Formats: sequence, structure tokens, C-alpha cells
Amino acid sequence: MSRLNDYDKAVETYEPVLGLETHIELDTNTKMFCGCSTAFGAEPNTQTCPVCLALPGALPVANKAAIEATVKIGLALNCHIAEWTRFARKNYFYPDMPKNFQTSQYEEPLCENGYVEVAVDGVDYRIEIERVHLEEDTGKTLHVGGATGRIHGATESLVDYNRAGIPLVEIVTKPVPGTGALAPEVAKAYVAELRDIVRSLGVSDVRMEQGSLRCDVNLSLNKPGEEWGTRTETKNVNSLRSVERAVRYEVRRQSALLDDGVKIIQETRHFHESTGETSPGRSKEEATDYRYFPEPDLAVMEPSREWVEELRAGLPELPRKRRERLQATWGLGDKEMQSVVNADAVGLIEATVAAGTTPTGAVKWWLGELSRRANEAGAELGALAITPEQVAELQGMVDDGRLNDKLARQVIDGVLAGEGSPVEVAAKRGLEVVSDTGALEAAVDEAISANPAVAEKIRGGTHAAAGVLIGAVMKATKGQADAGTVRKIILEKLG
Amino acid sequence: MSDRIVDKTAAELAADIREGRLTAVAVTTAFLDRIAAVDGTVKAFLHVDREGALATAREVDEALARGEELGPLAGVPIAVKDVVVTKGLPTTAASKILEGWIPPYDATITERIKAAKMPILGKTNLDEFAMGSSTEYSAYAQTVNPWDTARIPGGSGGGSAAAVAAKMAPLAIGTDTGGSIRQPGAVTGTFGAKPTYGSNSRYGLIAFSSSLDTPGPVSRNALDGALLHEVISGYDPRDSTAIDAPVPPVVAAAKAGADGDLSGVKLGVVKEFDQTFDAAEPGVVEAYRQAVEQLAKLGAEIVEVSCPSFSYALPTYYLIAPSEASSNLARYDGVRYGLRAGDDGRHGLEEVMSLTREAGFGPEVKRRIILGTYALSAGYVDAFYGKAQKVRTLIKRDFEAAFERVDALISPTTPFIAFKFGERTGDPYQMYLADLYTIPTNLYGGPGVSVPVGLSEGMPVGLQVMGPVMGDDITYRVAAAVESTQDTLLADTAPEIEEQ
Ligand SMILES: [Zn+2]
Repeated sequence: MSRLNDYDKAVETYEPVLGLETHIELDTNTKMFCGCSTAFGAEPNTQTCPVCLALPGALPVANKAAIEATVKIGLALNCHIAEWTRFARKNYFYPDMPKNFQTSQYEEPLCENGYVEVAVDGVDYRIEIERVHLEEDTGKTLHVGGATGRIHGATESLVDYNRAGIPLVEIVTKPVPGTGALAPEVAKAYVAELRDIVRSLGVSDVRMEQGSLRCDVNLSLNKPGEEWGTRTETKNVNSLRSVERAVRYEVRRQSALLDDGVKIIQETRHFHESTGETSPGRSKEEATDYRYFPEPDLAVMEPSREWVEELRAGLPELPRKRRERLQATWGLGDKEMQSVVNADAVGLIEATVAAGTTPTGAVKWWLGELSRRANEAGAELGALAITPEQVAELQGMVDDGRLNDKLARQVIDGVLAGEGSPVEVAAKRGLEVVSDTGALEAAVDEAISANPAVAEKIRGGTHAAAGVLIGAVMKATKGQADAGTVRKIILEKLG
Repeated sequence: MSDRIVDKTAAELAADIREGRLTAVAVTTAFLDRIAAVDGTVKAFLHVDREGALATAREVDEALARGEELGPLAGVPIAVKDVVVTKGLPTTAASKILEGWIPPYDATITERIKAAKMPILGKTNLDEFAMGSSTEYSAYAQTVNPWDTARIPGGSGGGSAAAVAAKMAPLAIGTDTGGSIRQPGAVTGTFGAKPTYGSNSRYGLIAFSSSLDTPGPVSRNALDGALLHEVISGYDPRDSTAIDAPVPPVVAAAKAGADGDLSGVKLGVVKEFDQTFDAAEPGVVEAYRQAVEQLAKLGAEIVEVSCPSFSYALPTYYLIAPSEASSNLARYDGVRYGLRAGDDGRHGLEEVMSLTREAGFGPEVKRRIILGTYALSAGYVDAFYGKAQKVRTLIKRDFEAAFERVDALISPTTPFIAFKFGERTGDPYQMYLADLYTIPTNLYGGPGVSVPVGLSEGMPVGLQVMGPVMGDDITYRVAAAVESTQDTLLADTAPEIEEQ
């Protein structure tokens, strides 16, 4: 393992420059260059044809829906849409690449020169977009017989071409300087914003757990006032949290090397989800010469200005606008809204409110208990096994007085454990506030006779002493009583 | 003329079948028997599909018996170059790397041949992946020239041309990237047409050079070629480079040309080609000059045009075609189909891919992959591939300027008659010269045909007629007019091959 600097010390000495290349699989019905289905999870090699298997003689036909989706993304990222654009072949040999070249774009991308704004800690960062282009995904290789699916030591390699040819949009930023210590957060916020934009356009669900968004994180360090340093490119960083971790790790690793006077080599690095570390891949000297040239099997594309304007006019409300609207509707302050955004909970809260609860209730659960659970599990908030509808149901039970917060947390345990909806869990686990006042009064009477001295104090006007009796009642009812109700009964009896 | 079925033209056979004088089964059987009798000598076929061909023939006879209307070539058998994919029939591109591969799908032109109810006799030999001018680079067989079995049949489509010249098929499919239909046509005394690029679908045509490859007809005369042209031609949405426009009326043009009247037609001779005639064979030049005189007698106006960029066509082609080929042939890696070498548990994935390509590709294919890989490499791509693309644009402009002045251009098809085996394999450049006159048309994308015009040293010589993009009809008209001056069709004067 590399020597690492303390992060805070590292960013005192060095300024990071970020760069992000993001690949997003589009949700078109068919693949980029053939009519095969793009559905996830089918039996291996059942969604293939002569084109995506690169059988001799097969020819590609570009998917119009994918081109349209890419133009929409370009427009949402404030890009210029090319008047004249074409595909190019990126040549390299790999078994999961049927043609041994990837049909991509090179010097003439579909969209260029855009920007997106993201806010971190109330500060706006403008991320310049260099290009947005369209290409095809590769298949998946499975190495069998070796340790942990690695190619090294494997006795067999199996390839599944179902994913080969799925449309992939690549979004490349220009170098992003000036983020300072917040580089990890800015990187994460940018990817989150990109994901939200793409989702809002309806061109991809961006299911990160299925690998439909993949990031390459470029990072270099330089001392203030000096030229930018040599960058590393960390490949396949596949979650928001990982983006943040990868940046942080590279800052710590590179700064340690620079402190020791070691030069950073330009190389690709691999990110390891389990440890949050990066390890070296290919260096630039060994880098493949991709021998790009224009794809002769596909016609040049000339998106008409009328069509582009039509698409621009049809763009939906974009995430930034939507957040401003929701913040106003929910009545949240800037800080609170920022927390919602940071927790990646905008959509979750919106859906929870839509399911019939108050914004306050929704925010309370998602930013409180559920965020804590997600952190414990090292998972994204949205990946928790509880739906916004269930959270609304839970808060509804609290509002009705059927659950108190303590009981509600136990109900969450059950929901997360897959025991059913909050109503079902409460029923199964017998978690319900005791609302039978007869039973409560009996419990209070019992507590008073067991604690005569305390009862005397309360009679004497020291109402704060009621806490002791409330605690006793709660204990007796296994927490299923509403503390407020219990207090009321005690004061009525001793008041 | 004899009464043998195999001596008849495709047009005659089609009429005989349609009008009940011959059954499709009788016709197909005659050609299959001819293949059995002479292909042991000619070696034009890599695979013969007797059962499949007869099954289609029977369908034709049954349909006609029911009184159904069928297409103009129904029941007329055809041979298909083994670079065109045929479902269920082996397709090898004459390469070891595809040995044993049975395609699960049909090329568009295969579909159209099947829809036209033409029995497919089999698959014909070629230079591996259509790279060559002699068919000597086939990994499987040495096809001979039916006019002289010590000589090459041209290439890459030597198998299709020899099959038609030896009357083993009335029609064949060829593909033309730099002259692979026209040059074999010229040296075997047959007719061959490279249609306008994009007018004939490449879907299912095993790619050599995507921006140049064009499938087209091989036949004994222009009318037969035109009939086949209209069967296979036309827009195909599965080929993104296809032209969505009506097929030029080539059958009508061939019929019109047969009248032998070319008055009002302006034919251009290219000055820069004339300047190469010193290096061409005198007999070829002589036959060509006589053809020009004949055309003038038929009423054509002969005009000299200058196409200065044509001088660079050969080097331009040998940068663009290998560049595209190096990428197109990358898919042959032993992972999904075809040959796999070295998969013995001792070699890793990349080694197996490498060993497969080492074992599966022949010398000319390797040479062009290396050439193309080099021409596309970082640091060289601008100087080689990039510059070649610029010259290609200049060549297109030369054609466009010429066609403002003339209706068609004419030239010899190839600078020399069929050479002897081994004569040019030692020096690739000498082999490449075979396509000196045909390559410009491919770089431009227009149509070009080769029609037999005479003999030199007893071997056939071809005249090339080049037309403007989507002006295929004029090339057929001029070719048919040339044929009208011959008492006997040149293709019918080939020496008889002894039947076995
Ligand atoms: Zn497919």
C-alpha cells in the first residue's frame, strides 16, 4: 500500500485539478446498432444477433432514439450540437468487444462545449463540459477457475454479449481547477447532478447498482501558482460515494509522493470498492494506440437546426430548477435543502410527500434515521430496502398516534429486514402505542403507589419530577405508551 | 450454336423455363453435371450445393405448373462468390480462419437471389478475403483460367469468372473493391459489372474495405448481367451506406445498346491512362485501340479528357483499403466462430487470439493488415490515411469534371492478359498493377463494367466502361453496343474444356 498523507494537510499544500469522464447506458429499447433488446438480466447471449456478435458481413445501423437522447443530454448540459458529426472506430483487441473495435466518436462528437453548475456548501461550481458523444458498450467477460474471477490464473473465460452494443453516452469535462479541499464533494456533486439531469430527461434510469453509470476520475495536484501536475486516471468508479473516495484517496496518495519528491506518472489506475484504494493499471508508455478513423459503415449525421430546437423546446424541468421549486414548496432553508441534496434525498422526499405525508415528516426520516442506516450499511440512501410510500405510511402512523418515534424505529428494522410494510411490521411485531386509557391509568396508579415520595413532590408542585413516573409507566408498557398522554394522566391525578 | 443447355445465355434460359421449353430442374441439373465434369480441372467452386439448387428448381417448376408469375430470372442457376454470406451454406472468404463456419443468416443479395427463385449452385473461389488479382491467394484451391489452364483466372473473383467462362454457371455474383469483378471478367472473356457504390447492399458481404466493396453481376454478356443487376440491386435499410433511389434501368439500356447505335453518346478516353500504355502489354493496347475505333464507327464521339489525380489512384487505394481491412478483419480472433488455435490450456486469452490469427490468415491478408495498421498508427495517420482521403476527394472531382463533358469513360480493364501462375506473387506491386485502371472507379464510387473486346496472344482482353454515380445504365448500353459488333460473343469462343 502506498504511503498516504492526511487529507487536510494535503489540501493545505496542494491544489487538486479534477476531470471526470462519465459513461451512462441509455434506456433505449434496442441496442445502438442492431435491433436486439437491452433488457437487463437476461440469460447470457440471448440478446444477440449477427450485428452485435460481429458475424462476418454484418453491418451497423445507428439507433435514432439513442442519437436523440444524446442530443437532449447535450442540450441539458448547455452544449453546442454539431451540425456535422460522425462515428469513428476505436481499434483495440479484447474478447468482450465483438468487432475488436468499438464504434465511438473521435474528432467530431455530437455535442461540445457545455457546462453544468453544482453547489457545494452553498458555493456554485461551474463544471465545463468538453464533449458528449455516443458509443457502444462492450460485453462482459467472466473468468472461471482462478481466484475471485480475475483473469490471472483463470482456466476459462466466458463472454456474455448481451451488453455488447448497448448505447453508451460519454460525458467528458474539461479540467476543473479551484475546488480546493472540496474536490471530493464537488466531484460527487457533479456526478449526482449529471445523473439527475439524465434521469429528468427520461433517457436513462441510471441504475448505478447495475453498472449503468461508470466514472473515470482524473486527478492531478499542483502547488499554488505552479503549473498543473501530471494526472492519473482512475477507472470504473461506479458509485457517488466511490467518486468521492477515489478523489480523496488520490489526493492523499499523490501528495505523499510529491512530498517525497517522487514524480507522478501518467497512468490509469483501478479503484477498489472494498478498500477505497486505487492501484496502478497501464502507464502511458504502454497505452494502446487506438488507430481511430471515421467509421465507413455508417453515414455522417447532420442534425438539423429545426430538430435541435424542437428538442430544446421539449426539455423537461431540469434538476436545479426543480430543487428551487421544491425548496420553496417544502419551506426549507438553504442549509436544510443542501443537506437534502447532499444526502441525495430530493427524489425520495418528493416521492414521500407525494405519497401523502408532510415535507417535515419526510425530511425527518430520510435525513435522520434512514441516512444513519445507509451510512452504517455503506450504501446509498436510495438503495435502502424501504420505499418512499412506506416512509409516508410510517409517518402517517406516527401522526395518528399509533406509533411513537421509538416504536417507529423498530418498525423500520422490520421493513428493512423485509418483513413487509410498516402496518404489517407493526402488527407482526406487536408494536403499537397503548392508547387504551384504562390500561394506562392502571399503570400510572401502580407507578404512584410504588413511588410515594415522588408523587408527594409532584403534588407539591414540582412537575419536573413526573419524568420518573413516566419512565416507570413506559417500562411497564414496554415503551408502547405515548409519553405525552402518560404525563397528562399523571398530572391530572396528582395536580 | 449448339443446343447444349449450358451454352445458352441466362436470358435464353429464363425464357425457356418461363415458356415451358425447359424445366428449371433440367437446367439446374445440366449446370450441376457440367460442374461435376469440368470443375475438377477448373476448381472454380469451393462448395457445391446440389440438393439446395435442385430444391429451388423444383419449387420453380411447381410454381410455374400452378400458373404463378415468377421473376425474370426464376429457375436460372447462379454461383455465388464465397465472400457473400449464405445461411446454412459454408462461407469461408477462401480463408482458413473461417473454415467450417456456417452462417446463421443470409446476405441481402442472397435473400434477393432466393426471392427471385434462382437456384444457388454453390460458392466460388477467390483470393482470401478478396485480396488479390489472381485467386492464387485462396487458402483452399487454385482456380485456373478456362482459356489456358496454366494461367490465372484473375482475382479476387477468379472463381465466379471461371465458373461462367467454363459454363458451369450462366450467372455469378462477384464483389469489386479495386477491380475484383472487372479484371477477372477481362482475363476470362466474360462480362462483369461493378455497380454504383451504395446501390447494391453490402449487408452480409464479408467486408474487405467498407468504403469500396461493391457486389455485382458476372455473366457472359451485358444483357444477362443487367437482368441479374436488377434482381440484386436496390435500397437496403440494413446498409447505412445504401443509396435510397430507384435502380438505374440497366436492362432497358442493355437492350438499347444491342442496336449498335451510339450516335449522340460522348465517350472519354483518359489522357493519364494513355500515358501508362508503354508499360501495358502491346496486345492489350492494340485490342483496346480497335475497340475505340469500333465505338466511333457506332456513332460515339470520342473525347480526350484529363484526370490528373488518377496517377495517384493506386497508392491511394493501397492506403485506404488496407486501413479499413486492418479494422474489418480484427473480428477474426477465434473467440466466437471460425478457427481457434492454441487453446490447449497452456495459452492465455490474448495468446490464443494471436495464434489464431497467425495460423488463420494467409500472406497477402497479413501484408495488408500490417500495411493498414501502420497507415492508421499514431504519428502516421495524417501522412498516410489522411492524405489518401484527400487524394480520394481529388479523384472524385476528376470524375465529376469528366462527366460534365462526356457520358462515360473508356479504358482497357487491365494492363495485361491473364498471366501464368506464380508470375507476380513474388512482387506485390506487379500484382497490384492489375487494378491500375479499375481502382479509380472504386475510389469515386461510380459504376464500371468490363466487356470482352478481343484477344491478345489468344487470351481475352476487356474494355472498361465507367459511368457517373447512379449512371449504371450508360455503362451497360455501351457494353451491349460493343457486343453487337461481334459475330459470335467472345465468351462463346473459349476453348472447350475436356469433360471428365
Ligand atoms: Zn444485436
